[in-house]
Amino acid sequence: MSAADTPVGMPSPDAETRRSPWGEVLHSLLRSGTFLTGFGIVLFWVICALLGEHFVPYDALADDIINALAPPSAEHWFGTDQIGRDVFSRVIVGSRDILTVAPLATILATVAGTALGLLIGYFRGIVDDIVSRVLEAFMAIPVVIIALLAIVALGTSKITVIVVIGLSFAPIIARTVRSAVLAERELDYVAAAKLRHEGALHTMFVEILPNVVPPILVETTVRLGYAIFAVATLSFMGFGIQPPSPDWGLSISSNYGMIGGGFWWTVLFDALSIASLVIGVNLVADGVHGAFND
Amino acid sequence: MVFLGGQVLPGNVGRAILGPFADQRAVDALNHSLGVDRPLLVQYGTWIWNFLHGDMGTSYIFRAPVAPFVIDALGNSMKLGLVAFVLVMPIGILGGVIAALNLNRPLDRIISLGGLSVTVLPEFVTGIILILIFGVWLRWLPIAATWPKGAGFFTQLYYLILPSLPLFLVLFGYIARMARSGMIEALDSDYTRTAVLKGLPWRTVVWRHVLRNALLPTITVIATQTGYLIGGLVVIETLFRYQGIGSLIFTAARGKDFPMLEAGILTIGIVYAVATLIADFLYSVLNPRIRLGAEQ
Repeated sequence: MSAADTPVGMPSPDAETRRSPWGEVLHSLLRSGTFLTGFGIVLFWVICALLGEHFVPYDALADDIINALAPPSAEHWFGTDQIGRDVFSRVIVGSRDILTVAPLATILATVAGTALGLLIGYFRGIVDDIVSRVLEAFMAIPVVIIALLAIVALGTSKITVIVVIGLSFAPIIARTVRSAVLAERELDYVAAAKLRHEGALHTMFVEILPNVVPPILVETTVRLGYAIFAVATLSFMGFGIQPPSPDWGLSISSNYGMIGGGFWWTVLFDALSIASLVIGVNLVADGVHGAFND
Repeated sequence: MVFLGGQVLPGNVGRAILGPFADQRAVDALNHSLGVDRPLLVQYGTWIWNFLHGDMGTSYIFRAPVAPFVIDALGNSMKLGLVAFVLVMPIGILGGVIAALNLNRPLDRIISLGGLSVTVLPEFVTGIILILIFGVWLRWLPIAATWPKGAGFFTQLYYLILPSLPLFLVLFGYIARMARSGMIEALDSDYTRTAVLKGLPWRTVVWRHVLRNALLPTITVIATQTGYLIGGLVVIETLFRYQGIGSLIFTAARGKDFPMLEAGILTIGIVYAVATLIADFLYSVLNPRIRLGAEQ
């Protein structure tokens, strides 16, 4: 026991003004303009994804060939696409698929990466050496290339995209967790757990894991931004979300061929939506990072 | 590894080329003539042997040797990558240096935040927005990157500006951020204080003492960005219909043209390795503390 630990039941002098560590983090998040702006943007798109189809003026999938490629007007705020679908409705509803696939991929990456990072950080030695080299080799290959190969091999489906992105991000999270665990495993509480004859799994997941949550949370929010980047890019390449989804990347890929004809409204709003979502998530990540590192 | 990846991809090659309605005997015959019905290890041995001798195999789709396609595409990609690099290196470093010299002032905020925002955006999103602004509305630049046959250097350059801009934007954020943090660290150091205190003009201090030390980490980052740049090329070349190595891999992947796909990816691997080697070399030349052969 170190002398710095406050004895149980003895309130520290400034007990009223002290908050729990998590309360502290929440407090600084709520005062961070970066976080709140990003959170607002992300919340907007989440609401669109969940409830969008109930308030958009048209069915996002309904075509109306007579009104095809109509420029923005009072009737169609963002115009219509090449088979007359309302671009505004499609942009709003188009948030749904990317906001399902990208977070699921991030969760997969976090769970797999955390488990792997705990293992190699805790055991070190030869396991760490071998696994770390393999992870480095994986990280050297651009995600787009891995994804392209894997998706050609496994076929295009949402599950494939989730698994591919999840697994290619897992090494990055594993590396972060590993370095956090390396610092933790030298601390007294780990030694105490070992003296109590706790099993390795117990020590890793019950003792160490709660103490490395902050870096994992920060890395997860950062990865979510990259996952959205990757899903949008794969959809644009035709290897991600498949038609007839009104997904943004997919819409851009089916409409950008006509861009030279001046039909800018068929791609501009989708592009701006991706941009706003990615920047929103990154602002959130920046805020979370700041809150834990103050 | 690349070879195995290509072979694990399911799907009958002959079937993929001839289409779903072809006669099964024709499919078998084609598979045999392509050699894909031989055991995996035999195929692998032949492939490595031939690659080392400069023969990259025969494209399943074009029924022609792969090598000329790959070499052409690599040349085109290098032009594009080079334009992006030549643009971004001085501007990115300059941006980072200016930001660091104006630390926490509005100019720093603008450069840092702006750089960060464009860095996180997918290339095809910035690409589309740039095409709309410069290609469709202002009509300053061509929207497809295919110049007329036999075009001169400057015409080619003119066609390459727009495709290289999205790559520029993504790299700008990284390079400016690295240069900025390197500068801040160097400005804060003891040797800078010494230089100022011995009465050197500020300009000399920045040029001679700060910049030299600040740019070292930036060079390492640039090398790690080569891998990223290649990933970005796949997207940009598709968007601008540019015949580079990225779009070659993309088309090969879609058509299950394995020899083409494998040759393309292996080429990228080699380029990446060479770039990393060059960066290591540059680092050792610029950093007097690490001389080749002197360490350990």
